[in-house]
Amino acid sequence: MSAETYLIIAAALLVFIVIFQISKASEYVSVLKGEEKSKQQNNRINAFLMLGFMIIGFIGVWYCNHKMYKSTLFFHGSASVEGEKIDEMFMLTTAVTGLVFIITQFLLFFFAWKYQAKEGKKAFYFPHNNKLEVIWTVVPAIFLAVLVVFGLRFWFRITSDAPENALKVEITGKQFGWIMRYPGKDKTFGKRNFKAISDDKGNSLGQLWEDNAELKLKADKANFDDVVTTQTMYVVKGRPVHLIIMSRDVIHDVGLSHFRMKMDAVPGIPTTLWFTPRYTTKEMKEITGNPDFVYEISCDQMCGNGHYSMKGIIEVVTQEEFDVWMAKQKPSYYVANPDKEPKAPAADTTKVPTATAAVIKGK
Amino acid sequence: MSETTHIHEHVTSVPHEAHHEVHHEHHHETFLTKYVFSQDHKTIAKQFLITGMFWAVLGGFFSVVFRLQLGFPDAKFPWLEDLLGEWARGGQLQPEAYYALVTMHGTVLVFFVLTAGLSGTFSNLLIPLQCGARDMASPFLNMLSYWFFFIASIVMLSSLFVQTGPFSGGWTAYPPLSALGQASPGSKVGMDLWLVSMALFVVSALLGGLNYIATVLNMRTKGMSMTRLPLTIWAFFFTAVLGVLSFPVLFSGFILLIFDRHFGTSFYLSDIYINGQALPNEGGSAILYQHLFWFLGHPEVYIILLPAMGMVSEILSVNSRKPIFGYMAMIGSLFAITILAFLVWAHHMFVTGLNPFLGAFFVLLTLLIAVPSAIKVFNWLTTIWRGNIRFTPAMMFAIGFVSLFISGGLTGIFLGNSALDIHLHDTYFVIAHFHIVMGVASMFGMFAGIYHWYPKMYGRYLNNTLGYVHFWITMVGAYLIFWPMHYTGLAGMPRRYYDYSIWESFKRFTDINQFISIVAIIVFLTQILFIFNFFYSIWKGRKVTTQNPWGANTLEWTTPINPGHGNWVGEIPEVHRWAYDYGKDGNEFISQTTPVGENESKDH
Ligand code: HEM
Ligand SMILES: [Cu+2]
Ligand SMILES: [Cu+2]
Repeated sequence: MSAETYLIIAAALLVFIVIFQISKASEYVSVLKGEEKSKQQNNRINAFLMLGFMIIGFIGVWYCNHKMYKSTLFFHGSASVEGEKIDEMFMLTTAVTGLVFIITQFLLFFFAWKYQAKEGKKAFYFPHNNKLEVIWTVVPAIFLAVLVVFGLRFWFRITSDAPENALKVEITGKQFGWIMRYPGKDKTFGKRNFKAISDDKGNSLGQLWEDNAELKLKADKANFDDVVTTQTMYVVKGRPVHLIIMSRDVIHDVGLSHFRMKMDAVPGIPTTLWFTPRYTTKEMKEITGNPDFVYEISCDQMCGNGHYSMKGIIEVVTQEEFDVWMAKQKPSYYVANPDKEPKAPAADTTKVPTATAAVIKGK
Repeated sequence: MSETTHIHEHVTSVPHEAHHEVHHEHHHETFLTKYVFSQDHKTIAKQFLITGMFWAVLGGFFSVVFRLQLGFPDAKFPWLEDLLGEWARGGQLQPEAYYALVTMHGTVLVFFVLTAGLSGTFSNLLIPLQCGARDMASPFLNMLSYWFFFIASIVMLSSLFVQTGPFSGGWTAYPPLSALGQASPGSKVGMDLWLVSMALFVVSALLGGLNYIATVLNMRTKGMSMTRLPLTIWAFFFTAVLGVLSFPVLFSGFILLIFDRHFGTSFYLSDIYINGQALPNEGGSAILYQHLFWFLGHPEVYIILLPAMGMVSEILSVNSRKPIFGYMAMIGSLFAITILAFLVWAHHMFVTGLNPFLGAFFVLLTLLIAVPSAIKVFNWLTTIWRGNIRFTPAMMFAIGFVSLFISGGLTGIFLGNSALDIHLHDTYFVIAHFHIVMGVASMFGMFAGIYHWYPKMYGRYLNNTLGYVHFWITMVGAYLIFWPMHYTGLAGMPRRYYDYSIWESFKRFTDINQFISIVAIIVFLTQILFIFNFFYSIWKGRKVTTQNPWGANTLEWTTPINPGHGNWVGEIPEVHRWAYDYGKDGNEFISQTTPVGENESKDH
């Protein structure tokens, strides 16, 4: 151990001993002064501290908000259209609970101070009052009903089916990273099976590329044009994104705090979410004034010792940029099996952008 | 061999006053039967308390270590390596150690400290004393309850020393992570020990709970109708009901998990490819475990909270010198909370892919639980209104409890609304919510209980000044630690991250993390001060010289200052009124044993 550590321990011990000695002494003093007297004194001091705590506490709440509000995501608004509803709900809930917070905390500490024991004072015998009790059952119930009604309206809207024209992306979590898949020109994801997964063969998702008699699996041709990428997902500004979420091993969670979205990735049970990005990544860099800004996918479900590093990126781009990017991608089938790739690339690449664009605009 | 008969023998031979001193000379009592394998509920209570305190210090220390990592991610602490070895290679806490500590911190504090240490201590101490019984319905099962807890503790402790480390997948232990040794080193032997320990703990909780229920229902003294019981007893009673009905479900969840781990079943496992290998399991549902877990998990948070609520109600009333306001409404709201606690578990699962329509019902029921919570708060406020408040350390902690319960309960309203929970789930907002409303608030309830009933436990007082210091530092510290976490949570900062430095969205919170860590260390040291006060005062504290030092109405204060096994010398007193006649008809207080006078007003 270093000298510094010893010093810290010694200092802590010293503080300990001092506090303890003072406390012990104060007990003797109270015996000398008379117990009643010192009780009254303690009472006055603590009643005053209660009031002080409340006042400084409220100032502290304001100060904390003042310092930290800017670093919450509300300051720049939601980066998705649907998330705006969540922000609205948040503000409504904050208003209601904030009011209750101020009133109840005020009453608690104010009463504590105001009704501190005084000599000769008698407490007021007040065991119950039905009217009051009914009031504070009914009033909170009404407030909560309002919150439930608004909350559920937004909830059903957010969890409704994704629009038809949404860009479909499949995202699969694994320890510790993300794999994305796009359905390709045919707009359908090929079937996959976890038994066909083989990182060695470049088939990280278990796409059914060929028949496997042993496992009783049949190839699905829809796989041949599916594009698979890792870590970064490209989506289009203003166009709904429909995520199909899976996991290869343990439970993960697709956390998209800027878009106010989140959904678990559960092995064996696909889940979904959808949202509409409002700003491209570039625009967000300006809005936030942070040149390093990126939309991050954080894994929000404990998934092992690398959980904290399970990061993905969402690049929100314009349709044109998206088309250019997509044109450069090679289906995973051909990446893994270069020998199978048809030999007429020149004609293909020029066609791709228009084809995808047509797909995207929804027939 | 019933201990009760001993008392009667004594009663005939020993004059009242001298009794408690004579008691030491009990012929059959050895050190072992008096302090170790005791069947006296008061001794068992102390055993629960001191074991709980041991775990609180250890669990608290774990949090100090992982807070050091969060606050000072780049610093090196050579002493950590001296202490933890491989876990802190080069003085830097390793991820596997971070996760192991976080998991142990959660498990230990939720189950061993705030369940066993809180309900175990005070249900044991107060149910017989306040109901007017010589002991529990079954003192023997009661003793077993403690020893099962003790063995559970030993097993959990031993898991810290296995080579692959203790379980490290979070206190909720979701499979597949908790089911597959390949998924994490902590999910190997460490997880088996965790499961064995928790199973033993469930047995302990059930033995205790059944005993508490039986005692409250059957062993009340003459005149002690259910509606004359102090609210402490009502709270312990509902706590026990919650535990008895929900712990078996957790147990079944654990059994299935053990089968999946060792016997090739697929209850929770399906479609898994891990470490380059596809597992044979198909058809299971990882979500099933979460349903089973939270069916206990949510009631569990109330198992932790209700005892604190009960004790706070009692302490607020005694020290305001006023009856608790709305006694029947207090019981009613406890009852409502107990029922609703079984109907809201899926609010922990809004983003697991739960059917949104089903989710809507859980939103409704979850926000409904805020109504009885609100009733309680308003009733507490009215209780101190126009009181004549004595700020004993117990009273300070009781008031602190109410403040924390308000703060943390209100954030529950955010989380219970599924639309908002999408954004807030598994962020620091949740950490702030449940630490304030459950962690710190229930701790405050426990401290209030300890300061208030210490004279009954040890015949001495805790040092007052240290009590005030303890209260104020902890109160201020708790808010300083947890209030800013709401904001980091709103910024999306996920919980259970070892390091945020690679995250553009979260790395700007380094300063605030550091601030929180420093306050946490100070608060932890303050608790050590309390522990010191506790043990010092057992031997050196100011002696209690009157039977009823707080001027309280309840029965425990009619026993001798140091009650022996059997509690009362002679007959158990008869009860004539409820527990809350403070300030009635100009009387400071009227003990439950005082018959109703001729001209007394009929207010209750
Ligand atoms: C007004 C009443 C309350 C409501 C509406 C409420 C609601 C919620 C919700 C919806 C969650 C899940 C958040 C998430 O994981 O996304 C949650 C978490 C939690 N609540 Fe509450 N709560 C309330 C009061 C309490 C009380 C009184 C306690 C304990 C005494 C408590 C303890 C907890 C704990 C321990 C968790 C987190 C468990 C975990 O994920 O590790 N809550 N609460
Ligand atoms: Cu994760
Ligand atoms: Cu819950």
